[in-house]
Amino acid sequence: MSTQLAAQINSLLAAFILLTAFAMLAQRKKLAILHLFAWQGLFLSVSTAIVGFVAKSHHLYISSLLTLTLKVVVLPYILHVLIRKLKIRKEIEAVVNVPTTMLIGIALVIFSYHLTAPIRELSTLVTRSTLAVALATVMLGLLMMITRRHAVTQIIGFLAMENGLFFAATSATYGMPLVVELGVALDILIAAFIFGIFFFHINTTFDSLDVDQMARLKEED
Amino acid sequence: MKIHPFLIEMVQIAVLLFAAPLFAGWVKMVKCWSQGRTAPSLFQPVRDIRKLLSKDVVLAENASWIFRFTPYLVFGVTVLAGGIIPIISTDLPLAATADVIALVALFAIARFFTALAGMDIGTAFGGMGSSREMTIASLAEPAMLMAIFAVSLASKSTSLSQMVLVVSQGYSILQPSLAFALLAFILIALAETGRVPVDNPATHLELTMIHEAMVLEYSGRHLALIEWAKMMKLFLFVVLGISAFFPWGIAVNDDLAGILAAPAYLVMKLGLAAVGLVLIETGLAKMRIFRVTEFLGSAFLFATLGMLSFFILE
Repeated sequence: MSTQLAAQINSLLAAFILLTAFAMLAQRKKLAILHLFAWQGLFLSVSTAIVGFVAKSHHLYISSLLTLTLKVVVLPYILHVLIRKLKIRKEIEAVVNVPTTMLIGIALVIFSYHLTAPIRELSTLVTRSTLAVALATVMLGLLMMITRRHAVTQIIGFLAMENGLFFAATSATYGMPLVVELGVALDILIAAFIFGIFFFHINTTFDSLDVDQMARLKEED
Repeated sequence: MKIHPFLIEMVQIAVLLFAAPLFAGWVKMVKCWSQGRTAPSLFQPVRDIRKLLSKDVVLAENASWIFRFTPYLVFGVTVLAGGIIPIISTDLPLAATADVIALVALFAIARFFTALAGMDIGTAFGGMGSSREMTIASLAEPAMLMAIFAVSLASKSTSLSQMVLVVSQGYSILQPSLAFALLAFILIALAETGRVPVDNPATHLELTMIHEAMVLEYSGRHLALIEWAKMMKLFLFVVLGISAFFPWGIAVNDDLAGILAAPAYLVMKLGLAAVGLVLIETGLAKMRIFRVTEFLGSAFLFATLGMLSFFILE
């Protein structure tokens, strides 16, 4: 496999990552969003392995494997169990309607392209062009956290943001040191557990995971 | 041995006229098989058209010239569109007269007159169908143009022949912009040709029909022409997708061998495309009409992402 072909496949994977980010924004059902998140993790993992191949840095294979186990298997499984245990069946209510969110999303993609343009000029890596996509994924995750009311979707948005950051690290600098990546992976795992405990508490207190309920935290008067 | 381009053009239009009903029959056959039903013959659409052509036309008393003129216009415009899209060869004399923007406009003319004819008689269904069709069209057309522009960015031309030439000479489908454009194009083609998630071609149920509602008042040879044009439109959209995204096998010069090989490739690709279409149609349920805006909105989004990723990633 030549470097040129690898870079092309990496671009295609970047496009798929962007696509899953948009699909998550458009999707209404929580389980479908979870599946999309798992797909995004898979694309990310394959992309990391390809970058590892191009850069000949073997620690990227390890982080690719880590991504595969954590973001494709473990985290979706934990969230899946949560959704089932908490009996969440309702469709998601968005603050802004879906087509408008999509348009904002497109604007964010253009913005991140504009923002990363100087870095593209400076960088010499083959993967430099995917940096804009990585930044856009971070912003789309943030947009998802802002526009969705439900706690579970906000968490998935947060995890998607982390995906974007990870992708930015591999595409801009061929990955962070392994120690940092291991630390981040552990953090994410711990975060997922803490989220789970929070969900249970929010659910038992308010009988709902809609974060609008949190506005009623003050004492009755 | 060289073949004169005009001869190729004639052959291509003949292929369009007779392959379109067969393709519609083939889609119906695959669909029946996939649902465990006995399929009608491959030639059933041809027989339907022949039967309708021999029947008398029943016209409403208040039908104006628009109503009588529309079937001929729709048929003619569709055949003209078939003369522009490279089906078996890129060397078409007509292709120089119109690019892909004109092609979208041709389909728009056909749709405009069908909608007028739907309202012309003054029945409730016709008006309802026209209003729905125009709602969908107003969303599908910009998305269609964006998808086509994403491809023409890669080939630096809006001429269909040029696009086929560039894509067939090594511009791979692995390019993100083409992958996005293909996705958008599939969604739009489903909406434009009235296939399942948007409209159900097999039903005459009053509440859900869109295209059928507009042409409900037609009979005899008028209906035959409209049905034939509808089959050709489905055929043309599939062929347009094939020639813009998978053009391998389309003859790029006037070589006899290339021209003879092209139909074989075309039949193979059409067969596969029908299977794909049936998989989509059996896998999805018809969506609520108010969800169609989101469906086409996402098509527009994919097309725009395709254009953006051309600048970002390529």
